[in-house]
Amino acid sequence: MTARETEIATYNFAYLDEQTKRMIRRAILKGIAIPGYQVPFASREMPMPYGWGTGGVQVTASIIGPDDVLKVIDQGADDTTNAVSIRAFFKKVANVAVTTETAKATIIQTRHRIPEHPLNTGQVLVFQVPIPEPLRFLEPRETETRKMHALEEYGLMHVKLYEDIARHGRIATTYAYPVKIEGRYVMDPSPTPKFDNPKMHRSPALQLFGAGREKRIYAVPPFTEVVSLDFEDHPFEVQTFDQPCALCAAENVHLDEVILDDHGGHMFVCSDTDHCEKRRADGHRGSLAPETHLALEKTEPAQ
Amino acid sequence: MTDEPLLRVAALSKFYGSRVGCENISFDLWPGEVLAVVGESGSGKTTLLNCLSTRLLPSSGTASYRMRDGQWRELYRMSEAERRFLMRTDWGFVHQNPADGLRMTVSAGANVGERLMAVGDRQYGKIRATAVDWLSRVEIDEDRIDDAPRAFSGGMRQRLQIARNLVTGPRLVFMDEPTGGLDVSVQARLLDLLRGLVTDLGLAAIVVTHDLAVARLLSQRMMVMKDGRVVESGLTDRVLDDPRAPYTQLLVSSILQV
Repeated sequence: MTARETEIATYNFAYLDEQTKRMIRRAILKGIAIPGYQVPFASREMPMPYGWGTGGVQVTASIIGPDDVLKVIDQGADDTTNAVSIRAFFKKVANVAVTTETAKATIIQTRHRIPEHPLNTGQVLVFQVPIPEPLRFLEPRETETRKMHALEEYGLMHVKLYEDIARHGRIATTYAYPVKIEGRYVMDPSPTPKFDNPKMHRSPALQLFGAGREKRIYAVPPFTEVVSLDFEDHPFEVQTFDQPCALCAAENVHLDEVILDDHGGHMFVCSDTDHCEKRRADGHRGSLAPETHLALEKTEPAQ
Repeated sequence: MTDEPLLRVAALSKFYGSRVGCENISFDLWPGEVLAVVGESGSGKTTLLNCLSTRLLPSSGTASYRMRDGQWRELYRMSEAERRFLMRTDWGFVHQNPADGLRMTVSAGANVGERLMAVGDRQYGKIRATAVDWLSRVEIDEDRIDDAPRAFSGGMRQRLQIARNLVTGPRLVFMDEPTGGLDVSVQARLLDLLRGLVTDLGLAAIVVTHDLAVARLLSQRMMVMKDGRVVESGLTDRVLDDPRAPYTQLLVSSILQV
């Protein structure tokens, strides 16, 4: 008998077998105990290609329970291929409730953004990480970078920032901006825009990072100090945008540029779609917003 | 100058299995002194240098170093973290091939500044100013500061490597054939520069070379090695003008006269 779309898959709960989940949970616990330290783990083959979030999916699968409400975002959006597929995957293999609302979710798996809506105690943010090693492009030897982490030799990280200033007159790194966790480990916050770095600092939510291909898990426990590296005379700054979101008129949010036609027409809109929709539902209107707003069904319960 | 040595080496041996790397080497090195280690290739010069700079661990023997606070520390009993710290602050290591000692993908300025940032300098302006100063001291134009070393000639790379090592004001520098692979006119300028820097900064240095002319120009004292052992040591001028061991005599008489 072939399974229909709506049927619950006959896999173990949340796809991974229980032993694998225990192994990953152990890595997560170790990561939480040593904030920012990259814990090696036996990453499994997942039914998706590397680079599509195999690390994040394994972390989510290991921590998710039947009562959890899952939200998945891809560059801030709930409605892109990656987000839709991973959400559908967990609906099928774990039969959990899914949502697009940040406030309602207990687990948020993210690719390269932290939601604009402030996170709360009890929420878990799971990052998909392509390259967990912040020193990788400066020192290609893994043996050497692990030693550098162990001995806290982080001068090299500033060499990269020095190069930025020498070449561009300012720190031109805009994403995967290195941070120091609790005054000890230097960590790659995954390719989130540096706009999101301040949100990591003392966040009440637990932040977990999974890199499937590189087989590393690391974590930032709630209320942990996360400091972006900088120079005294070139302090850390986040991106600023000179216009508000074209749909919801939000300011001080991260915006995406959207091309409208082939005559150079473009607009800047919130990268966090949930935040944008919520603001439009509340009556905020940007310069290019349509007249009426279609309210979407945001939460789907478990079957 | 104090009357205490900077480095004390006693009965240092390194074996590769049953083969001898270097055997039973003992000497003292005083602050500001340049010691040349000469000998043909395979005589154990580089093994000795690598042992002294803790890049290799010896099979037996000890080496003690007088730290800046006057404390004597045994090198092979220090933790790896301490050794690496020493290596990037109080010591320098000039490789024969500059590509081994430089970061070829980052700019010259960052290469010089790396050690400063490693010891906690967080002022971009200050790091840059120091890099400019050091580049001029090793005769590299200031406008090359943002170029990567792969755009540099061999001689410039070697000078950049020297600047990178000296920027933290080390007291002891290890050099492995610093002029190897450079043509003679470039060699002459590099030696001139090295001699100036060593005298100005009062550096102690251990220079490994097979080139007796380099040894004569740079060093006050020299050790001649053969088959892993020291066959003769003494003041450089004495050893070169009045060689006593038969091997040293052979070595000195083998210099090409032009």
